[in-house]
Amino acid sequence: MRALVAMSGGVDSSVAAAIMKEQGHQVVGVTLKLWSGPNGEAPTAGCCTLSDAEDARRVAATLDIPYYVLDYTEEFEGGVVDRFVAEYATGRTPNPCIECNRTVKFDRLLRSLDGFDCEVLVTGHHARNVEVDGNWRLMRGTDRAKDQSYVLSMLGQAELSRTRLPVGEMTKDAVREIARSLDLRTANKPESMDICFVGQRDYRSFLRGHAPEAFTPGPMVDTAGVEVGSHDGIAGFTVGQRRGLGVAVGEPRYVVEIQPSTSTVVIGRRRDLRVDSVEIVDLTSVEGVPLRGRVAAQYRAHGDPVGATLSDGMLSFDEPQEGVAPGQTIAFYEGDVVLGGGIIATTDRSPV
Amino acid sequence: MIYLDHAATTPMRPGVLEDMGPFLVGEFGNPSGVHEVSRRAKNALEEARERIAAVLGARPMEIVFTSGGTESDNLALKGAVYNNTARSGLVTVATEHDAVLETAYFLRRQGHEVSLVGVDGSGMVSPEDLVAAITEQTAVVSVMTANSETGVLADVAQLASAVKEQHPQVLFHTDAVQAFNSEDVATGHMDMISLAGHKLGGPKGSGLLYVREGLHLEPVLHGGGHELGRRSGTQNIAGAVGMATAMELAVADRERFRMVVAAIRDDFEKRALAGIDGAVVNGEEAVRTPQHLNLRVPGVRNQVLLMRLDQAGVAASAGSACQSGAAKVSHVLESMGLTPEQARETVRFSFGWDSTPEDGSTAAEILVDLVGELL
Repeated sequence: MRALVAMSGGVDSSVAAAIMKEQGHQVVGVTLKLWSGPNGEAPTAGCCTLSDAEDARRVAATLDIPYYVLDYTEEFEGGVVDRFVAEYATGRTPNPCIECNRTVKFDRLLRSLDGFDCEVLVTGHHARNVEVDGNWRLMRGTDRAKDQSYVLSMLGQAELSRTRLPVGEMTKDAVREIARSLDLRTANKPESMDICFVGQRDYRSFLRGHAPEAFTPGPMVDTAGVEVGSHDGIAGFTVGQRRGLGVAVGEPRYVVEIQPSTSTVVIGRRRDLRVDSVEIVDLTSVEGVPLRGRVAAQYRAHGDPVGATLSDGMLSFDEPQEGVAPGQTIAFYEGDVVLGGGIIATTDRSPV
Repeated sequence: MIYLDHAATTPMRPGVLEDMGPFLVGEFGNPSGVHEVSRRAKNALEEARERIAAVLGARPMEIVFTSGGTESDNLALKGAVYNNTARSGLVTVATEHDAVLETAYFLRRQGHEVSLVGVDGSGMVSPEDLVAAITEQTAVVSVMTANSETGVLADVAQLASAVKEQHPQVLFHTDAVQAFNSEDVATGHMDMISLAGHKLGGPKGSGLLYVREGLHLEPVLHGGGHELGRRSGTQNIAGAVGMATAMELAVADRERFRMVVAAIRDDFEKRALAGIDGAVVNGEEAVRTPQHLNLRVPGVRNQVLLMRLDQAGVAASAGSACQSGAAKVSHVLESMGLTPEQARETVRFSFGWDSTPEDGSTAAEILVDLVGELL
């Protein structure tokens, strides 16, 4: 099989490439150049020196596979960065890595496979993708602590049938062990936790630079609607946030809601964060059948799933949940099997 | 592998390595010393300088050895701007190489007046536009002889004389890195000329800046005062010798190059245009070098085509690439009026001294087949 491996420069995708090669496939490594920094007269030529791409390039050379850097900056800026900015500007909590999977890797890149003369796309995600009776099934990675099936929950049969996830069956330790045994220079590379286009900066300073209009001052009110202070823009806040509210009132206060139309930030007590049910949009199903009924729902990349019932785009939690905010992705499971996913549009808070 | 990326770099011409050899192994002297070992190295360096001066019709001391085209461009522009207290501005063209453009942006950030003059649809800059951009602030004008992506040739002698006629005190620099293989690079009206060894059959890491006698430049590299204070740092003697040999060989081969390489390129171009629906040669209306072909293949993104060409054994380029190797939207093609989408459909094929007619015809066949598959 001819396989295009998306190599980020991390250890997981390095080993994914190594495994495909070891299995006898014809492997081509690519790194996606996604971001070139702001336009203008910064030293633009320097921005395309990606140190991560250099790591991937060296790994590809060690594995003796052809390697290319592909330019997806335009797709990334339109599909991920602009959306990230717009979501924060409207008081939502986006996950840009999921958007990148959805719009760049498993859409634009996957659709280019034929052009690159490859049959499958390979990534280093910790999730399992197995064919059962002609149906592709997406499952949690064997290493539960590293499981990344949540960020792939939007994939359907069309994508999964052309995707391979070779490290999904392995523990992270085993991945590193293989990398060391092959002398790959990414073997001991720490995991990146940054949003790639924000880097080590605070994402708020990134937003301030890219959406200054989202920093319109507005009122801060309590759950009864009484104004308790002001803020310098809703983009600086996210539901569930406790720090930096600038109010000092005995019991800890949290952002419980953001109302973009009036630039209002609503703060409340911890119990005010509780959400009974959410409205889901962009609902997708791995098997392509409508999802309904009992599911285990996971709304954070590394959270535990919670019991819930899905019906007509509404998800009711068995127990009220505190960490839920509009814009978040929610994935549905049955055991280790991913059923599908969606994006939280609105939340219904419990009456207190 | 059929190598059609000579505008990126060239293989060394036969004989170059042999001339360099003694200065890589054996003759290791530092030319700045007082002893016999140094003297031999110094003699080799100065002999290379004399040979190069003879090729360019210059005086030996007008040749400043550098590490390559980028350094030469930096020295020319920063050197001229920083040296002149009364005039400290720069006028250049939107289609220049990044070594010039990024230097221009740097100087602008430092507060210097910088103008970028546009080009027409064929990539040509007009003398009127160039002269009109000059102000009483302008210290130096820089126009490349042959464009690195399209091969479009500027008549730099005409442009320089137009500039000098009205502004005799303004310096004129040309980056002739892409032109030397096929064009007579003459000092004439030029105050400064950048050349790189590895684009003309010489070694990487060698380059020079021709600096007209009497012209003072503020150095970019400060230090021990080598190259008459214009470029400090112990010289790359093997590189200088190799570049001298390569330049002599290139000049001796120029007539053949103009005929033979042009014929190979033209044949390739004809086959590509005949075999690919809607294919366009960017810069076709302009006078081009015989070695460049900037080809737009509508409907095929260049990063896909380049990967497929590579896998099929043809080395080509997007013309405009960043350090990582990712194709980027060419500022040259955008300046010529192409949309970003059209620029992303463009591939550069560049032929060289070692290209054969079979290289051209085989590669054209592979290209036409691949495009047929991709469309």
